[in-house]
Amino acid sequence: MKKLIIIVLLTLSFGAIANEEIELQSAKINNSDKDSIQRGAKHFVTYCLGCHSAKHIRYLRIAIDVNADPQKVLSDIAPEGASIYDQLHSAMNKHDAEKWFGTQPPDLSLVARSRGADWLYSYLKSYYVDTTKPLGVNNLVFKDTAMPNPLWQLQGEQHAEQRKTIYGEYTKLVINKPGTLTENEFDLFVNDLVNFLVYVGEPVQLERQRLGKYVIFFLLVFLVIAYLLKKEYWQDIH
Amino acid sequence: MKPSRLSNCGNWVLDRFPVTKFWNEHMAHYYAPKNFNFWYFFGSLALLVLVNQIITGILLTMNYKPDAKLAFDSIEYIMRDVPWGWLVRYMHSTGASAFFIVIYLHMFRGIMYGSFKHPRELIWIFGMLLFVALMAEAFMGYLLPWGQMSYWGAQVIISLFSAIPIIGDDLSLWIRGDYVIADATLNRFFAFHVIAVPLVLVMLVFMHIVALHEVGSNNPDGIEIKESKDPWGHPVDGIPFHPYYTVKDIVGVAVFLLFFATVIFYMPEMGGYFLEHANFIPADPMKTPEHIAPVWYFTPFYSVLRAIPDKFAGVIAMGGSIVVLFLLPWLDRCPVKSIRYRGGIFKKALFLFVVSFLALGYLGTQPVTPIATILARLFTTIYFGFFLLMPIYTRWEKTKPVPKNLTRAHSLEEQLHAIEEQLPALIKEITELKPVTTEIGHPAFKSSFFNRRPNPDGIRNVATRLAKKLKESLD
Amino acid sequence: MNNKGVDKSKRQFLTTALTVVGAVGSGYLAIPFLAQMQPSVKAMAAGAPVEVDISKIETGQLIRIAWRGKPVWILNRTPEVLTTLKSLDNELRDPLSNESNQPPSSKNPGRSIKPEIFVAVGLCTHLGCSPTFRPEIAPNDLGEQWKGGFFCPCHGSWFDLAGRVYRGVPAPSNLEIPPYRYVTDTRIIVGESSEEKKA
Repeated sequence: MKKLIIIVLLTLSFGAIANEEIELQSAKINNSDKDSIQRGAKHFVTYCLGCHSAKHIRYLRIAIDVNADPQKVLSDIAPEGASIYDQLHSAMNKHDAEKWFGTQPPDLSLVARSRGADWLYSYLKSYYVDTTKPLGVNNLVFKDTAMPNPLWQLQGEQHAEQRKTIYGEYTKLVINKPGTLTENEFDLFVNDLVNFLVYVGEPVQLERQRLGKYVIFFLLVFLVIAYLLKKEYWQDIH
Repeated sequence: MKPSRLSNCGNWVLDRFPVTKFWNEHMAHYYAPKNFNFWYFFGSLALLVLVNQIITGILLTMNYKPDAKLAFDSIEYIMRDVPWGWLVRYMHSTGASAFFIVIYLHMFRGIMYGSFKHPRELIWIFGMLLFVALMAEAFMGYLLPWGQMSYWGAQVIISLFSAIPIIGDDLSLWIRGDYVIADATLNRFFAFHVIAVPLVLVMLVFMHIVALHEVGSNNPDGIEIKESKDPWGHPVDGIPFHPYYTVKDIVGVAVFLLFFATVIFYMPEMGGYFLEHANFIPADPMKTPEHIAPVWYFTPFYSVLRAIPDKFAGVIAMGGSIVVLFLLPWLDRCPVKSIRYRGGIFKKALFLFVVSFLALGYLGTQPVTPIATILARLFTTIYFGFFLLMPIYTRWEKTKPVPKNLTRAHSLEEQLHAIEEQLPALIKEITELKPVTTEIGHPAFKSSFFNRRPNPDGIRNVATRLAKKLKESLD
Repeated sequence: MNNKGVDKSKRQFLTTALTVVGAVGSGYLAIPFLAQMQPSVKAMAAGAPVEVDISKIETGQLIRIAWRGKPVWILNRTPEVLTTLKSLDNELRDPLSNESNQPPSSKNPGRSIKPEIFVAVGLCTHLGCSPTFRPEIAPNDLGEQWKGGFFCPCHGSWFDLAGRVYRGVPAPSNLEIPPYRYVTDTRIIVGESSEEKKA
């Protein structure tokens, strides 16, 4: 029996090791921070929408969910000529995309639900210069990514350095050439962007959590009455 | 009093339609054993979930598009643009998992209390057919969102059919209607999922209940209550289903809905078990996700499949793991129904079976590693051993005498009360008084400051007692 | 079983309470289920106001645009038509549009903001067919009485070129005028009323 337990524990730990090749940095996700989502939306339109769409969200929905005036969202966030009912469509056409990147940039509406916020956050921060690659960059989180780093001017150029500790070897990314943002500013920038992507993944998240309280309260009341009724009737049974 | 017009109207219907008869037969005059416990909630809950699935399913079909190009987007359309579409969709997706939780517990109850035994074999068979239909329903429903998991899961499962010698390849081609999972497959699965299988399910539920009400319900003691009747012809140990079990089941429904609502409103993905992460990526026939696993409720059977190193044998084993359940009434030779009066060997076997079922379920969600495969084989052996060795070990079982009348079920209050009474003694035993040795304060007060600390001896005593009790309950 | 000493009124009270709470719960559950059949945001997006250039519509010509999926006619009426319209009052059911559906700016005999440009939803108020545009006078199939107008082929309702319904036909009221406003002299937006903008 003991052996069995040990074997089970071993498999569990193997599973854990296999899953976490690189330790992800954790993003601070807060969908009730409307300002962060608005900033993230603006970053998304500026830096991502050129190639990636987010075709399941409309400007109107963003405006409603962040309590902003639709006209303001149109003028601040949306590209020129967009209608408030428009979804966040990318201007890039399929043919060009395949010619330039060899693949079509995926739609990002649900990327936060498939990849997770921490993965996105770490991914966007983990680009480094790698001259052996056709794009000149590589990524620690997503090896040989087909996406060039859209944020390099903000972050600066990162280089990978091998470090040794008593626990083993690991790769550390060091900024060689500073970008237009400081490290903290860049972290906030990426965090806002990821926060926005999490929001886009499930815009109804806040709403359902708000409603859930009432539903559960109601069900508790229902349960209490149902229980009293059951007790009342079951007095008969001996 | 003059009969009112409304009651006249009602009588007009009742004279022509046997509502009263139906109500009496199945509710008011249906006598159920009076000692149903926790495990007896799951039948009515399964019915509740079925109704939930049908209603939310109908609403979903109003906006869903069974077309390979549109399906994925139409789900997101439901989640975002359709008013309240998200709630309907989460109710349906959570309901699917809830259905299996409820059904597995319901089946476990049947095995534990011998509800599959004479004279209830047919109820068990109908129940198993329901389970198979439910798995087909869930499997085909899972293709509809047309995500990566939907697509590759279906691809893998349908490829199982190609393992059948000679006709296999043609059969799987026929099921798909294309060389791979494609629009044609999606379209036909939609047809099966929304109309064909649900019709079968509803019919089987009807037959399951009719068969149950013909022979009467089993109970935690495994006694036939019809054998001792009072002068009016009612079972002494029976009580009318309505109102007693209707009010009781409503409590169960309320508790279930609390859990259900918590999942829907706070964790609809359930950490990737109810809605898998990879299913948020549209199906791509060119690229398999790195790690594909079926939804959690299929994983025990999927593990059996993976444990066998031969394609055809694996498929046979997986099919066999469901078929043996059908044979249960004839595999079990013990005349005693309830686990309460059965021998230790059955209790231990059932315990091992539950462990192996859960372990297989867990392993099915994990990637294949050499150790995992060995474990899966071990648990697969136990799984089949439980059933196939049953004719042998149940024959030698040393059963306990079965009482003639039902034992009383302890109510929740009584149990709480008992715990309340025992708790102080228990605390006294596992802790000991030790004076606090603080420097602060007047020495006169010190003696009155005591603190309770864990007492290793006491804890050991309690633990041994618990272990002994556990061992006894398995004998 | 022992039915002695049962507090019937408590039982009744609890049963009623549970029924009421359960009914309220089912009611609240019904709201999302019914509401999900309302037009979705996509339908609302498709129903967004439509901007139309009317400078290219020749006199006497009718163009059809789609607004909320419905056909909307824009007709450039000739001076003769406008004269004829004034003489029809006796034959019409609701010549002043008192019982018909239109924004206040179009509640006038010609049923339009500018006399010559007529905008209307091209669906018969009887049962929703789209009437045909028949500007000619006294054609063979419609007879001597026809002075130019819209004829519904489904159930034979007659409307004049201001969308006003004749007497003795199945349609109950005049054609619906959608909200619309002029952005410039040659562009209109259908779906936004001129009143809202002023307010």
